[in-house]
Amino acid sequence: MNAALLGKKLGMTSLFTEAGVHVPCTVIEAGPCPVVQIKTLEKDGYSAVQVGYGKKEQKKVNKPLLGHFSKSGVKPTTLLKEFRDFNTDVEVGLELTVDQFQKGDKVKISGNSKGRGFQGVVRRHHFGGVGMGTHGQSDRQRHPGSIGSSSYPSRVFKGMKMAGRMGGTTTSIRNLVIVDVIPEQNLILIKGSVPGAINSVLEIVKL
Amino acid sequence: MNTLDLIETLSKERAIDVRRQKDGDNYVEIPDFSPGDTVNVAVRVVEGEKERIQNFKGIIIARRGAGVNQSFLIRKISNGVGVERIFPLFSPMLQAITLIREGRTRRAKLYYLRGMSDRKIRQKLS
Repeated sequence: MNAALLGKKLGMTSLFTEAGVHVPCTVIEAGPCPVVQIKTLEKDGYSAVQVGYGKKEQKKVNKPLLGHFSKSGVKPTTLLKEFRDFNTDVEVGLELTVDQFQKGDKVKISGNSKGRGFQGVVRRHHFGGVGMGTHGQSDRQRHPGSIGSSSYPSRVFKGMKMAGRMGGTTTSIRNLVIVDVIPEQNLILIKGSVPGAINSVLEIVKL
Repeated sequence: MNTLDLIETLSKERAIDVRRQKDGDNYVEIPDFSPGDTVNVAVRVVEGEKERIQNFKGIIIARRGAGVNQSFLIRKISNGVGVERIFPLFSPMLQAITLIREGRTRRAKLYYLRGMSDRKIRQKLS
């Protein structure tokens, strides 16, 4: 990993290229992310860079965290996240910005997907439903059908796809293309959509 | 400024910039027009390496969308056949939009013009 950043999803818009192609894009406000701690293989057992994002009032930070921040000399942030195996030279206190990214770069974006609540198998797992609405059948068009056999195995296999809570999980999309970077406003424009609701936090990692 | 407004203005500016770069001094601003107006659209047509302008003159039937995503539906009768095209308002493939005649309408979408004769349409829009 050689470039990573935390950001906030602002919304979607579209751009026109010179060839006249209409490109849908997501606008992300990313960084600046100060480096709070550098973890090394010798000391911590793994190598990572811990970065912060967002402003937090001094009095709202608890004492252990305040100590952690004062050690690095970084102003308290609302969020702390680690990026493993960060191989660019960074030092504590350095601010990571959108400058790390360029137009045309491919990135992976992770975020918490929108919660959909309790959903049936048709919506949650793309089942086809049981089938007909006629021939005596009237009440199970969107049902899962059989969930297993009878005397053998006499149980339902683990991991059987069923109805349940959908969304609200960490979701990543790889190979998203950066359409543009606007350093003055800390903005990144990504082609296509990204996981999560507006104002949700995203991790952007260069592939 | 609200961040969403910022994005909106930003993408609009970008779209106009692309056209400005292409046309230089020949750049024409997009006029105000509404459904019922007769308008000429100069469309860039790319044929291999060359680019030429093709005119499409007709009546605006509908406008939809907001911000950069606005588009309009334009209809004309070509050799007795009705032809409709949808253009994104800010598309760089449009060289110019010229307002020719304003039409008076009471509706935002003029789909009812489709079945009408030329004479009837003229009556409706005057």
